[in-house]
Amino acid sequence: MKRYSVFAIAREAARYHDGWERAWRSPEPKRRYDVIIVGAGGHGLATAYYLGKNHGITNVAVMEKGWLGGGNTGRNTTIIRSNYLQDPSAAIYEKSRSLYETLSQELNYNVMFSPRGVLMLAQTHHEVRGYKRTAHANGLQGVRTEWVDPARVKELCPIMNIHGPRYPVLGGLWQSRGGTARHDAVAWGYARACSDMGMDIIQKCEVTGIDTDGGKVVAVETTRGRIECGQLAGIVAGHSSVLAEMAGFRLPLESVPLQALVSEPIKPCMDIVVMANTVHGYMSQSDKGEMVIGGGTDGYVGYTQRGSFHHIEETLRALVETFPMISRLKMLRQWGGIVDVTGDRSPILSKTPVEGMFLNCGWGTGGFKAIPGSGWAMAELMAKGHSPLTAEFGLERFREGRFIDESVAAGVAH
Amino acid sequence: MLLLTCPHCGLAVEETELSPGGEAHLKRFGPGSDEDAFEEYLFLRDNPKGPTLERWRHSYGCGKWFIAARDTATNRVFGTYPAQTGGPPDWIVKAMEAVR
Repeated sequence: MKRYSVFAIAREAARYHDGWERAWRSPEPKRRYDVIIVGAGGHGLATAYYLGKNHGITNVAVMEKGWLGGGNTGRNTTIIRSNYLQDPSAAIYEKSRSLYETLSQELNYNVMFSPRGVLMLAQTHHEVRGYKRTAHANGLQGVRTEWVDPARVKELCPIMNIHGPRYPVLGGLWQSRGGTARHDAVAWGYARACSDMGMDIIQKCEVTGIDTDGGKVVAVETTRGRIECGQLAGIVAGHSSVLAEMAGFRLPLESVPLQALVSEPIKPCMDIVVMANTVHGYMSQSDKGEMVIGGGTDGYVGYTQRGSFHHIEETLRALVETFPMISRLKMLRQWGGIVDVTGDRSPILSKTPVEGMFLNCGWGTGGFKAIPGSGWAMAELMAKGHSPLTAEFGLERFREGRFIDESVAAGVAH
Repeated sequence: MLLLTCPHCGLAVEETELSPGGEAHLKRFGPGSDEDAFEEYLFLRDNPKGPTLERWRHSYGCGKWFIAARDTATNRVFGTYPAQTGGPPDWIVKAMEAVR
């Protein structure tokens, strides 16, 4: 792999840019791999990367039915934060956030991590108490957050109307090292690094069946033939239940469309991320100037990647109330992704009833921020059989009643 | 936006007039049941990509529960029937099987 650097740009500028190589190879699938990962989104590619980097396992294939990073990795609102209440959540999300800090240097790929700060508004007295509690919990967990008063909120985000008629802003939970990153670049950067380690990323290859022998996974059937494997990881977000059905078990998941939208680009007006749970909306401004807006999920199972229109209406109504200046903005694009939501709204990183098969799913409405930490933890789980970061996120917690009481995957009341 | 016909009042209504209620025909388990049964009832779902049966309540209308047969991949609706039944009528089963 040729490294990207200022010298590379200068070198290529001097020869008409004809020396850039492809970021990753597109090889023919081999007959067997030690590890097959289904799903070349951020989580799948990060898992492959840390399997190679931390554990020396490089005979790995990442299978993708569509194109790399074309699912929820390319459909989210790119927010990164780790201000969770419960210890298991804070541990994995803070691991992830701290990996984002140096990810560009590590991957030699600019993921445009921008720790601009994430502000979660408190607009009811219940939220005030809840966020103060979270700030205290974060202090104990080593996650840097603070409670800020309305005057500081206005200072951080001048375009906000903090004296709204329905829900005046009573304060907020501020994480100064939260922020955003370029979502596509995260997938591309991991893919390039994986390919460089000799891993095969196989796009347009759908897994259609899982072969087991004596309760142990031995191979996957794909649209490009049968491929044997030692271990199998299903990291397919919204389609996790479909994959589990191939292996013969059911999951505590419901897949629902979650929508997002962006406005036309405008001049810089907001340099932080704001999330408003009570009125249900969150917004940030992209480097191109578009206002990036996260909407709500449908209340019923759907695989359409569209979602119902009235959720957009509700989100925009809430945001116009909070940010009156956006009322004349035109919206540029709207889309949906299929998110897999668990019973306790926390993810599943786990072994499964099928020996050798692992699952990383259930990130619901907030998976992007978790990509590096999820990959790190999942790789450890697969290589060693256990990981301190995944211990509480097992599939068996639903049977045993050990839920992670944290229904704030996206920080809004989905 | 989904349009569903409430089988109780016969009106074709938009989904904003309805409340979704999740997978239909779940077998309920009460006190004394084992952990597997509770997990099955409370959490495990078919979550299919394709035809499914799901509960809806006509919240802003007659207030009654009914069941809709819908394809989760296309949002095509096969039909609706009252919730006070053990399973879907034959014509809905046939319509769902035709697309499976």
